[in-house]
Amino acid sequence: MSSAKPQSSAAGVSEPVLEIRDLSVSLPAWADRPRAVNSVSLTVGRGETLCVVGESGSGKSVMARSILRLLPEPHLRISGGAILLDGEDLARADDRRMRQIRGGEIAMIFQEPMVSLNPLMTVGRQIDEILEVHTSWGKAERRRRVIATFEDVRLPEPERIVDAYPHELSGGQRQRVMIAMSLVLEPKLIIADEPTTALDVTTEAQILTLLKELQTKHGTALLFITHNFGVVAEIADRVAVMRFGELVEYGPAANVLDNPQHAYTKALINAVPSLVPRKHPPRNAEALSEPILTVRGLEKTYGRPQSGPNWLSRILPGLGQGRRSAVRAVNKVDLDIRRGSAVALVGESGSGKSTLARCLIGLEQADAGSAVVAGDQIVGLSRKGWRPLRSRVQMVFQDPFASLNPRTKVGDIIARGAILQGESADAALSQARNLLDLVGLDAKAAERFPHEFSGGQRQRIGIARALAVKPDILIADEPVSALDVSVQKQVLDLLDDLRRQFNLTMLFITHDLRVAAHVCEDIIVLKNGTIVERGTTADIFANPQHEYTRTLLSSVPGRNWQQTIPDGYPARHV
Amino acid sequence: MRGMRLVRFILTRLLQAVPVVLGVVVLNFLLLQLAPGDAATVLAGEAGGATPEYVEQLRARFGLDKPVIVQLGLYLKNILLLDLGFSFRNNAPVLGLILDRLWPTLLLMGATLVVSVGGGVVLGVIAALGVRTWRDHLISIVAVIAYATPLFWIGLMLILVFSIRLDWFPTSGMENVVAFHEGWARVFDIARHLVLPTITLSLFYLALYTRLMRATVLEQRGAEYATTARAKGLTERAITLRHVLRNALLPVITMAGVQVGALLGGSVVVETVFAWPGLGQLAYQSLFARDFNLLLGIFFLSACLVVIVNILVDVIYVLLDPRIRVGGQS
Repeated sequence: MSSAKPQSSAAGVSEPVLEIRDLSVSLPAWADRPRAVNSVSLTVGRGETLCVVGESGSGKSVMARSILRLLPEPHLRISGGAILLDGEDLARADDRRMRQIRGGEIAMIFQEPMVSLNPLMTVGRQIDEILEVHTSWGKAERRRRVIATFEDVRLPEPERIVDAYPHELSGGQRQRVMIAMSLVLEPKLIIADEPTTALDVTTEAQILTLLKELQTKHGTALLFITHNFGVVAEIADRVAVMRFGELVEYGPAANVLDNPQHAYTKALINAVPSLVPRKHPPRNAEALSEPILTVRGLEKTYGRPQSGPNWLSRILPGLGQGRRSAVRAVNKVDLDIRRGSAVALVGESGSGKSTLARCLIGLEQADAGSAVVAGDQIVGLSRKGWRPLRSRVQMVFQDPFASLNPRTKVGDIIARGAILQGESADAALSQARNLLDLVGLDAKAAERFPHEFSGGQRQRIGIARALAVKPDILIADEPVSALDVSVQKQVLDLLDDLRRQFNLTMLFITHDLRVAAHVCEDIIVLKNGTIVERGTTADIFANPQHEYTRTLLSSVPGRNWQQTIPDGYPARHV
Repeated sequence: MRGMRLVRFILTRLLQAVPVVLGVVVLNFLLLQLAPGDAATVLAGEAGGATPEYVEQLRARFGLDKPVIVQLGLYLKNILLLDLGFSFRNNAPVLGLILDRLWPTLLLMGATLVVSVGGGVVLGVIAALGVRTWRDHLISIVAVIAYATPLFWIGLMLILVFSIRLDWFPTSGMENVVAFHEGWARVFDIARHLVLPTITLSLFYLALYTRLMRATVLEQRGAEYATTARAKGLTERAITLRHVLRNALLPVITMAGVQVGALLGGSVVVETVFAWPGLGQLAYQSLFARDFNLLLGIFFLSACLVVIVNILVDVIYVLLDPRIRVGGQS
């Protein structure tokens, strides 16, 4: 806390729009700490971008919401301090005045554009509402303004999108609608709470550029909440770092990012995987020659293709032509993975990377092609045929909260796979304890239930579970994307250690090129179910061939920042 | 475009309903064969005993002596021609008998639906808006009690209190037949008769929808889009009416659609208790008279009713929720 104050004066904000003084937000009695936000002081200057960074539970979102008094009262309430908007204290304003400010003088953009928009109302009407509340304009004039704002945020065909429902738009378009919503009355300040976290990298890059551009054009101040240091490097003028509801570091972006003072900030920045590609280890060249997974022409199509008229349209032409069109999720994929290697499967949502993984572990049946794991064909196997091969390929799932059975003890979760493979219960349990030890947890954890562990610890349990049957291939499906940066690093390091220790083969699915560069020597880029580029990480980063790979690489937020960190993540050689 | 698809959707659903209803008819027919006794034994019994020859003669007259499969085939053929057969007990065609009783039942069902869904929605919203205040507690407690009380008991108690003690409402029937009311006087008379059966039948569902509505409104008020609406500067009233209410209605509509069938079942008890001249009462009487033709006719009509209501609910759903695509591709 004490380190924040001298820095803030050094930041030299000329004309503050928003000034937060000693803001505290109290939590209900049953919470793990008395305050969600503890005497935080910040200023946002006219036309500048202040990024508030922190991990989950740091109080950054609560702080942002308390500015507009959108807290779920009475559980969370402002218990002290002042929020000054051009000198007016919002913490003490009445409800009427707050409603004028909301949407009119301060607007907010939320994380998930899908759930932040009312699904039953056209997006045009949802923006129109703001104008209806805050202005006395007529219907036609309001509509003109909405369309003009849609043009401003570069939505295609604004005339049509005005009357569209949220579900008819893509994620990026929905977030543009949210931005249009915040901009429509040209507020003094926009608060954006993780506005790009739910988006793909390329969409994220577009939205960040758009925000920057509009901010310059309208001179709006931007308070940007994020957990992603790449995004901070991309857009911040100044940065505030929060932890446990307190401000730990606060200053100009260049200072905080490149010369962090507080130990926590240093640790956070060090935990960000760098974009320096991982090199192939020079040794074990002959081990690399043995392919453990060979995939040829693998295909998976969801939905039935339009197969002529169905029974109804045969009786009554014009009726019942409601067949879903087919989506080719995996399209003629060829893949070779050698024993001991780590391959990153990179792509955006909908690229088919998870479907491919599900085909490889037998959760989905591929339609065509072949996949050979250590000499055995796995495509077209029956459930029974699969059973002895289940242990060959194991998966670490994305969501550590949903992927462990909440009613089963951790030890049983880990041991079950081995028991099914014929191990005795005692042996499997003692092996489970060893594995827990191996992934950095106490062996006593075996007696506890999943809910007693944090996200990072659960992911360790997930890894132990996957390793329990001694798989040839470990498929990790976005194993760290649900975790905080610092925990992310620990889990990635753990995977790396285990890989070396057991000569594991890893297929690592990720949308994050930083993570891919950090963990894998080879990269495969997937788009619309087709592999568009493959090669060593170093080659692809240095000289991407495909247009899409280039777009992906240039979309990574903060790509120009990290090379300058003195003791950041060095390029590692195994 | 959307309207066109909706019409296509309704036609498709109607076509799909044909095999469903026929399936119900076959099943009912076969199930009734399992019941002991038939119209001939009942008629003969009521006549004060008869020789076996006379019973056989009656059976032959009604076609009851033929093999079951032949009877079923004949019945199906007649159903397809919309001929529901003849009620020997009432000495009248089944179709006419049922149609006479249809509108009282529809009236009772309609009133019940309006009261239970309408009242449930309003009470649920009131409870949710004042969550953890005395209004919420009062509504919730009454709802739990109504939810847990058996239907026939409520009916009897209502009659006891409001008809016999207070004499506010008539005890039974649909109208005062001897008064020969006409025009508005008749409407008023029927409405007065309608009150107690409607309350009896709707109380359970009213409680159910109140609880459901309260829960969904609370859930929807906490949804992100409600926060967005708040951040836009809308009043709490506008947020509730414009955003939350419509979203919260969807589960209630789903539930109500599913329960229309159960409502028909419940109306048998209520119509019997209140001597309401509807299908339920007719079904009850025809069952004891072993008047299977009539019973089958009632079942057939009920099946049609449930199917139609379900299609209606789907259409309402499509109109309320733009995310639901009718007829597949957008």
